[in-house]
Amino acid sequence: MEVAVKIKRFNRESGSGPYYEDFKVECDEHEMVLDALIKIREYQDQSLALRCSCRSAICGSCAMRVNGHAGLACNTKITDALARSDTIVVEPAGNTTVVKDLVVDAKPFWEKIGKVQPWLSPTGPTPDHEYIVDNADMLALNQVMGCIMCGACVSDCTVLEVDKRFLGPAALAKALRFAGDPRDGIQAERLQTLGQPGGIWDCTHCFECVQVCPKGVAPMDQILELRHKAVENGFVNNNGARHAESLSNSVKRSGWLDEKRLIVESYGFRNVGALLGLIPTALRSLLARKMPPLFHHKRPGADKIKRIFEKLESE
Amino acid sequence: MKYAWYPGCVSQGACPELFKATLAVADKLDIELVELKEAACTGAGILSERNPELSDTLNARTFAMAEKLGLPLMTICSTCQGVMSQANYKLQNDPDYLARVNKTLALEGLEYKGTTEVSHLLWIIVEDVGLDKVEPLVTRPLTGVKIAPFYGCYILRPTMFLDFEGHPERDTYIEQITNTLGGIAVDYSGKTRCCGFPILTMNEKASYAMTGNHLIEAKEEGADVMVTPCPLCHLNLDGAQPKAARQKKVQIGLPVIHLPQMLGLAFGIRPKDLGLNRHIVNTKSFVAKVPA
Repeated sequence: MEVAVKIKRFNRESGSGPYYEDFKVECDEHEMVLDALIKIREYQDQSLALRCSCRSAICGSCAMRVNGHAGLACNTKITDALARSDTIVVEPAGNTTVVKDLVVDAKPFWEKIGKVQPWLSPTGPTPDHEYIVDNADMLALNQVMGCIMCGACVSDCTVLEVDKRFLGPAALAKALRFAGDPRDGIQAERLQTLGQPGGIWDCTHCFECVQVCPKGVAPMDQILELRHKAVENGFVNNNGARHAESLSNSVKRSGWLDEKRLIVESYGFRNVGALLGLIPTALRSLLARKMPPLFHHKRPGADKIKRIFEKLESE
Repeated sequence: MKYAWYPGCVSQGACPELFKATLAVADKLDIELVELKEAACTGAGILSERNPELSDTLNARTFAMAEKLGLPLMTICSTCQGVMSQANYKLQNDPDYLARVNKTLALEGLEYKGTTEVSHLLWIIVEDVGLDKVEPLVTRPLTGVKIAPFYGCYILRPTMFLDFEGHPERDTYIEQITNTLGGIAVDYSGKTRCCGFPILTMNEKASYAMTGNHLIEAKEEGADVMVTPCPLCHLNLDGAQPKAARQKKVQIGLPVIHLPQMLGLAFGIRPKDLGLNRHIVNTKSFVAKVPA
């Protein structure tokens, strides 16, 4: 079958900006997008730059955007990529600087991985024999250990698009790999650091990383697990932890959300600056009569909801 | 057509116009709604961070209420839909987990058998009602009005929980409805991204940047209005729009309406009866563009 491929090209040395170039390439139905790209490079335009190596979704080299979403070119079937379009659009990974065509600068990615100290830091005396980790403890980390560091999650992260300080899904998932390992001795320090701005509380729950991860790592789920661990360890003096606590208390108390109280409690009563900043929004809402009820009431059945909380919180 | 209706917290809180518009549009579409007044908040994806079983149990309780009525469940919020779809997937695919959750539900004599279907109004209009049934109801077509869709993350991802395999076009339904109502759907990259609302109190600047980027992009593509099936997205896109504009140092002024408001207007319902006067960004410019 003849396949239409539109590739986003860029050559810094040319002095001009990025542009799209159309190719037609003969492919078999079973082939992957990477096969098409390699054929284009080998037989049509040797200047096309791309990274690839294992062709088996193990090395993580060929992460790029196919039809607007990040993934590995080597495990994206051409037929799947053509399911809803007659042209396959291939672009470099997002949230990165393009070096040439589909090759991006990986340095910022690795710098962020480095920031989470991706190694075990045991404390206490050196054990006199091998430390055998309980099977269940390692199984809990199995999902995150499947990460091949391809950066697909980073490419499509919605927070990184607007805030480069964010550690991002790959680094935070990697952080859980070590913060969740019973051999590690600095879990508390890790969780405290990860709770700072740019860390776990800045994830916006958009599920982009869960959707695009080619290895089922679900980085966002790992970030939520880190939040859970941070709260369990008492690192609750931040808007994210206060927000979660307020929401939970509101549902427990009344069965539903007390939106006014939620926003105030998230900022914290002592955060006068932030609370004053709410006044213009509150006034605008008041004028538009777009306000929650003045007095938050309990839902019918709130007592039954509270009983569920009490049972499951005590287990 | 009859549904157990889960209005969600926000349509009874900061977006009362959504509640009102839903009832008005359901009436036109001949959809009978039985409101589940005793249902709890879904947990909004936040409660599950702390205690997944607690969050799933509250949702199983809601599903059990609908099951008892013998009705499918209708939501009007992308976030509620996503959280419920995820909970339902877990409960329907793990009998041991369902049994454990049912032990807690037994406290109030409830049991969830796992049969409740949960659908957003957006899906119901296309899949259950059918666009061919919607078209004859249009008395005030949105001719010439450029409408930018904004879906909300939870109704799009992860696709495995939202039955995209069975309904692969669910990410085009707003555009399909827009076309049926006579409007012009505006395409822009931000339509499937995050509105920024979940991090409003954690990283305000990033939250406003997300909202501002999508609004500006939609406006640059010529949008007269943005429409969303998610009231949480609405809170940021409409409610936080003045702050996002100030941060971006531009005038935006793009009205953002709820899905049933768009339908209602095309069905000839008075703007006031749809709560179109209850928005932070004035909707008059949009309403004036719709031929009377």
